[in-house]
Amino acid sequence: MASAHRLKAARAPWGVAPTGLLLLGAIYCLFPVFWVLIAATKSPAELFSTSTLSFGTGFLDNVTQLFAYRDGVFWLWAANTLLYAGGGALLSTAVSAVSGYTLAKYRFRGRNLIFNLLIGGILVPSVVLAIPQYLLFSKVGLADTYWAVLLPQILHPYSIYLARVYATAAIPDSLLEAGRIDGAGEGRLMYQVAIPLMVPGMVTIFLFQFVAIWNNFLLPFIMLGDDGKFPLTVGLFTLLQSGANQPSLYNLILTGAFLSLIPLIALFLTMQRYWKTDLSSGAVK
Amino acid sequence: MRANRLGAALAAVLTATLASCGSSEPAASPEAAQSPAAAATGPVKLTYWTWAPNMDKIVAAWNQEHPDIQVTVSKQAGGDDAAAKFLTAAKAGNPPDLVQAEYQHLPSFVAADAVADLKAETASIAGEFAEGLWGLVTLGTEGVYGIPQDSGPMMLFYREDLFDKYGLSVPKTWQEYADAARALRKKDPKAYLGTFSSKDPGAFTGLAQQAGAQWWSISGESWKVNIADEPTKKVADYWGGLVKEGVIDDMPYFTPEWNKALNDGRLLTWPSAVWAPGVLESNAPKAKGKWAVAPLPQWNAGESFSGFWGGSSTAVSSKTPNKAAATQFATWLNTDPAALDLLVKEAAIYPASTKAQSALGQAPGYFSNQPDFWQQAATVSAGARGFTFGPNVGVTYNTFKDAFDKALQNKTAFSGAVQAMQDATVADMRKSGFQLAS
Repeated sequence: MASAHRLKAARAPWGVAPTGLLLLGAIYCLFPVFWVLIAATKSPAELFSTSTLSFGTGFLDNVTQLFAYRDGVFWLWAANTLLYAGGGALLSTAVSAVSGYTLAKYRFRGRNLIFNLLIGGILVPSVVLAIPQYLLFSKVGLADTYWAVLLPQILHPYSIYLARVYATAAIPDSLLEAGRIDGAGEGRLMYQVAIPLMVPGMVTIFLFQFVAIWNNFLLPFIMLGDDGKFPLTVGLFTLLQSGANQPSLYNLILTGAFLSLIPLIALFLTMQRYWKTDLSSGAVK
Repeated sequence: MRANRLGAALAAVLTATLASCGSSEPAASPEAAQSPAAAATGPVKLTYWTWAPNMDKIVAAWNQEHPDIQVTVSKQAGGDDAAAKFLTAAKAGNPPDLVQAEYQHLPSFVAADAVADLKAETASIAGEFAEGLWGLVTLGTEGVYGIPQDSGPMMLFYREDLFDKYGLSVPKTWQEYADAARALRKKDPKAYLGTFSSKDPGAFTGLAQQAGAQWWSISGESWKVNIADEPTKKVADYWGGLVKEGVIDDMPYFTPEWNKALNDGRLLTWPSAVWAPGVLESNAPKAKGKWAVAPLPQWNAGESFSGFWGGSSTAVSSKTPNKAAATQFATWLNTDPAALDLLVKEAAIYPASTKAQSALGQAPGYFSNQPDFWQQAATVSAGARGFTFGPNVGVTYNTFKDAFDKALQNKTAFSGAVQAMQDATVADMRKSGFQLAS
């Protein structure tokens, strides 16, 4: 009772301002999504002639057209995207978790150097690396393969940094000590003690990476020449830029963009519960 | 004589670029690849980067007839990015065997030694194309760096119904166009006769070509860059004046607001190229049958000049081990009557081949009100003049966008933006090691 009262009193001077601010932020972020949703329902004739916020009547037609476009190449691109994003994010999460745990819990020569290099790596935008990476991959003959898109995204400095921070906070040294005294090897300690504790952090890393790879454009654009290996981003771009003398297939692009959002939304909604349950479950209370 | 000199200059450029990127591939011996029926090693496999719609269907027809040369289409995004991507791939050593090359980007491919000289293989088909178009793939040299595929002579598209409504007559000169623009603003302050797009350097280039601009040329061993020449400045200041006066809008083409204006009948003309019907049909479907086409307004009454906006060729990568097979395919694609028929029907292009141009019969559906559409196009095409593009059109075009955007924003003279294009182009060519005549 008393604490609730105090909480209320503390909030009073600000009133609804923070909520309002957050609402504004939410509208700012969600409006474009909403716009894509509306635009995806419009037929080509309605797209530029009806009001921005009124729904159209062509959604099913658009979807049918999109799925029929070039014998259903949309599905191929979607499967590719899933492979890049899912596979890339899983591998990246695994690498980040192991590296983060190691950097957080072991003391070894060069640890700080490695960590500082990683911090430096965070400062280099991946966009800058795309072309050098392409030239490198060409040298080893891996350009225009699935690996060309997967490999560069596996090592992600920021995720390792995140994993290290998380491991430092979530895994008590005493727990590891207790494990060692009970005779567990280092491998077993990691897999059975440390990793389970890091799951919420790993979910975060997985989601970050999944979304980043899902939305990545430049790397696959440069790396891939074969349109059968394109992810959705690059594939939809070929619909947009079909040359100066061809009209852009706006309705298909918008529908494709909208459909490609759905898995992301679904993923966030299903992964959310890992955050809730695991953040509260600790070993040492 | 001039051609020889350009050839020498290009060769000098090639060596410079090659030296700077280290190793070069060993040249494939053309004799070895000459007989495509290399049954022992299986069919020759070629990859082809293009963005023309339905190209896979056209190629399927080829693959069926030629089991020994199988072509795989990889549909790319078109435009300037496509050129950059091809150049990067060529530099890294894994370009496709064949590539769709827009005319303005071909010189940069040649300068990077990314495309092969097809002179020997194409000697017999040179006559199938208008001289002006052929010049765009020879770059005025002895070599042939691609086979013309499509072309984009510019014409004036206008809303016939709205011209009648406002009592405007189709402008024959740019002076009349300006007068009509002013008259329209008085009659309907919501409508514009046209718009100047600061995002479409291709359109501006075509208008400058019509006025007689020669942005690049060769003098001796070196390039001459003359983007800020009199015709170009004239075109720039003409449009700048109209925009400043407020009688011409300044929204870019191909944007949602532009599409909306087309649909609402607030934009009455579009100086565009022969491929405009496809764009109008998809972006303003309601106005079907209301648009008509006329030759571009002229700078001097009685002339009949035009420029080019768009158009591309099929080029063969210099690194391909199957040059002969690739050239055979490219030749078939752009000169064989069956292939041309498919190109027109499936890919909806305006063919570069003269014969195919005159074989076009029925007007595009959107222009069913104008049965002589293709005859008009052929007439305009005959009067269209282009110029030799330089090796760094990408820089020039990007500067166009930046400088004209700025000029629109700050309401400064458009000729200043043209000067910025000139300066940026020259600076970039110097930096890349091209020799420039002052």
